Amino acid sequence: MNQGIDILPLTLDRVGLAIGGHAILDDVSATIPRGTRTLILGPNGAGKSTLLRICHGLLAPTAGQVRWAAGNGRPRAQAMVFQRPVMLRRSAIANVAYALDLAGVRGDARTTRARAALRRVGLDGIARRSARVLSGGEQQRLALARAWALEPSILFLDEPTASLDPTAARNVEATVQAIHDAGTKIVMTTHNLAMARRFADDILLIHEGRLVEHGSAAAFFARPATPIGRAFIEGELS
Amino acid sequence: MEDFGLAFATAGALIVGGDAELWQIVLLSLEVTLSATVVATLLAAPLAAVLAIGRFPGRRAIIVMLSGFMGLPPVVVGLVVYLLLSRSGPFGSLGLLFSPTAMVISQTLLVLPLVASLMRQVIEDAWGEYREQLVSLGAGVWRAALTLLWDTRYSLLTAVLAGFGRAAAEVGTVMIVGGNIARYTRVMTTAIALETTKGDLPLALGLGILLIAIIVAINGLAYGVRSFAQRRFR
Repeated sequence: MNQGIDILPLTLDRVGLAIGGHAILDDVSATIPRGTRTLILGPNGAGKSTLLRICHGLLAPTAGQVRWAAGNGRPRAQAMVFQRPVMLRRSAIANVAYALDLAGVRGDARTTRARAALRRVGLDGIARRSARVLSGGEQQRLALARAWALEPSILFLDEPTASLDPTAARNVEATVQAIHDAGTKIVMTTHNLAMARRFADDILLIHEGRLVEHGSAAAFFARPATPIGRAFIEGELS
Repeated sequence: MEDFGLAFATAGALIVGGDAELWQIVLLSLEVTLSATVVATLLAAPLAAVLAIGRFPGRRAIIVMLSGFMGLPPVVVGLVVYLLLSRSGPFGSLGLLFSPTAMVISQTLLVLPLVASLMRQVIEDAWGEYREQLVSLGAGVWRAALTLLWDTRYSLLTAVLAGFGRAAAEVGTVMIVGGNIARYTRVMTTAIALETTKGDLPLALGLGILLIAIIVAINGLAYGVRSFAQRRFR
């Protein structure tokens, strides 16, 4: 794996989304580089999740364009983990195998990769348990395993720790870090300032549907360029 | 009141004693109703999935029509099937009128809207929950439909059992298209109607007791399946 050298950077060109005349995102232009951990920041309701869904291809923008370096169309080498994991009514390992099957991985390779993915997130002990009876933290790790098994070039995560207790959240964060270390580009939304400080290499700050700041995390946290950026860092926005 | 008690006792004796006429009627009833339920389920499942997931013109109209038809009066369904199958009707040459096959056809039509509507609701709810995840994983429409059918199978079974219950209890369609012919198209509900008017209360009561027992058993099964699935899968 290659931190998305094949399909990245991802370019957003004046992307907007309006539903029924109401602008949810407006005129967002940014380049999401390869290799780094990119965090999309902003208070609740700012449009972070919408932007993530547009990047992943779940929503089509009503204005502007999403361009992958790989060319036209939605590349397959991407995965997404949602705030509330969606588990199919089958065993933990079958949930991973299902995703691999859709990605065209069949037979022994599928079983081997599904097992390996569960082992990497520490769930190999409960591979046969029904996914829906797992705890929230275990389900989110299973969702990470399912995404990781696909060996995506880029992984989108929508507030993956927002509905978890602190221990489970730390566990999920460590797993996301491991996925990044193994070579996957990370793009994650959060309204959690502490997590952003720990985690981000570069940031996009969204406020009321607009891109307010975009650049290196170190620079942003040291010297935010805008009043909104300052307010966010001082915890006055989330 | 004495007659009533006697009728109950005789009914009990008929059931326990394995009365041939009674059991023949029960078996035919089960055969007709089970066949109709199976056929209706096979038609309803894909229809429900298409209506739940698909977005096409006329979808809403079909959904409204189906739920309106959930409470179709059995005698009217019987009348329509009668007209279709009668000698001068479009399918008259098949010679199906007054046969168990005709009864299966009309019970199928009777419960299809009920089963399909209940299934559509179940699948649509699941689709709301699964849609983004399945699209994210790259599932096309057909794969998504199969996944949803499989994942909601226990809830769908409840819809099927509701269809079975409705078919087993109705008397109107099977009376009209079956004709209540002894040892050929006489089923529990038509036999009860006939024996009651003839005054043969023991047979009518015996059949009534068995019919209620079957329907209670089916509903108990539905409950059991639901709570099993709830424990096992959430």
